[in-house]
Amino acid sequence: MTNLPDWITGPLAEPGALKRAVVACVALSLGSGPVGVFLVLRRMSLIGDTMAHAILPGVAAGFLIAGMSIPVMSIGGFAAGLIVALLAGLVTRLTPVKEDASFASLLVISLALGVLMVGSHGDDEELVHVLFGDIGEVTDGSLVMISAVASVTLVGLAAIYRPLVVECFDPVFLRTVRGPGAAAHFAFLTLVVLNMVAAFQALGTLMAVGLMMLPAIAARFWAREVWSLAAVAVTIAIASSVIGLFLSLYLGAPSGPAIVLAAGIAYIGSLMLGPRDGLAARLLRQHHLRA
Amino acid sequence: MTGVIELRDVTLGYERHPAVHHVSGAFAAGSLTAIVGPNGAGKSTLMKGLAGLLRPLDGEIVRHGLARHDIAYLPQQTEIDNDFPISVLDVVVLGAWRRIGAFGRVTRAVRETAQAALTDVGLEGFGDRLIGALSVGQRQKALFARAMLADAPLLLLDEPFTAMDARTIDELMALVLRWHREGRTIVAVVHDFEQVRTCFPETLLLARDVVAWGSTASVLTSANLLKAAAVSDVWDRHAPVCERIDA
Repeated sequence: MTNLPDWITGPLAEPGALKRAVVACVALSLGSGPVGVFLVLRRMSLIGDTMAHAILPGVAAGFLIAGMSIPVMSIGGFAAGLIVALLAGLVTRLTPVKEDASFASLLVISLALGVLMVGSHGDDEELVHVLFGDIGEVTDGSLVMISAVASVTLVGLAAIYRPLVVECFDPVFLRTVRGPGAAAHFAFLTLVVLNMVAAFQALGTLMAVGLMMLPAIAARFWAREVWSLAAVAVTIAIASSVIGLFLSLYLGAPSGPAIVLAAGIAYIGSLMLGPRDGLAARLLRQHHLRA
Repeated sequence: MTGVIELRDVTLGYERHPAVHHVSGAFAAGSLTAIVGPNGAGKSTLMKGLAGLLRPLDGEIVRHGLARHDIAYLPQQTEIDNDFPISVLDVVVLGAWRRIGAFGRVTRAVRETAQAALTDVGLEGFGDRLIGALSVGQRQKALFARAMLADAPLLLLDEPFTAMDARTIDELMALVLRWHREGRTIVAVVHDFEQVRTCFPETLLLARDVVAWGSTASVLTSANLLKAAAVSDVWDRHAPVCERIDA
């Protein structure tokens, strides 16, 4: 580690911290990428955003009970995320409120509640850590958790793949054959919450959704099939989280916004240069037509 | 009269506003029936009821000796997300849901049956393309191939010929007639009276109530069609709450 410049060794006083942070980035990306692809395909991008905010009051409750203890805060966040997913489903089924509207209402309520809870009992620095993440402090314990979530996500997605795909593509067909559409939907939401919770330490609750959505949306400019979309999303997520990690160390800024900004640049780059419907590809094609 | 699927005073609708009133009758085993009627007559609602996707507000729909998997229902085109990146062959394979279910393995035999079904509908070599890359007519043929894989004794087709060109309609109709010859029971919502007269032995004329139901020649009379048009002229924007349900 002696060859590393001061801006890296400075913030990461503990040896091995950098290695842990990079491994955390890779593990997070492996889970978040494919989940993000399905969120986009199911037209649930904004619902992913809501789930990210929904975990905040749970994280805050964990913080009130045990201070900056990542395991307790994670359990709280997971519980809160599941409760919000269930509530939103109930509101949609029992009242005339549409699903996106019921998620949007729960979003602002959760965010307000969470910020008040952390703000009333912690200092500003702790609030910033919860909202925007601090990947430099990843412990062995949280690394195990993040890796476990990535494994569960990949195995889980493989298990519910068929009903999940059919529910997106042709929900009426799935109902006709009495396929497990609702079960697949809820299992998928559980995976979304799990990945949000895994990501909150590195990215913060406000930014966790960024590593899920941006690479997934960027991927559609490079690939078409579900598996290739997921592969591209994972690659973009790994690259942007590692670049973001170094950016945050260099600037001494929270890691969440740095990682999401790197993913944002990857998204804009894909939008411009991606071979499938990217702006450059479109302009070139028009040129061909004219010539 | 009994049949494969029997309706006993069935009223169907959404949020207590019935779209179809007090329908009684039966689709005989092996019959080929066209459902015709003006827009808003409740044709699609009736199809959803027959498919078991909509529970009757009143009355009952009895399926004689039909399990859930014995019904292949093809909804209107608009209910499918054609942007979804799924291959044509994968769509057709779904027809074998009874055998593969949500988690079962897709065997080579199932794949080969799906390829054969694609060849049958004239889409040989299209299996690897994404469903979104097909034309409207080709997409409908792929969904017909999926229905063939399901091997269902009862087929419910909601506007299968809408937005298709004449040649595609002929090809799809030939498949329907083949299913009819194989002894399957078929109910289809159709708009073209000429096609109904030529190809469909039975017709159900619907205008929220059943105007007429029986052999096509006896149903598609000018008197019946005038009656259906007159009923549709006086429809409000909202159907009235059905009195027999309130009581």
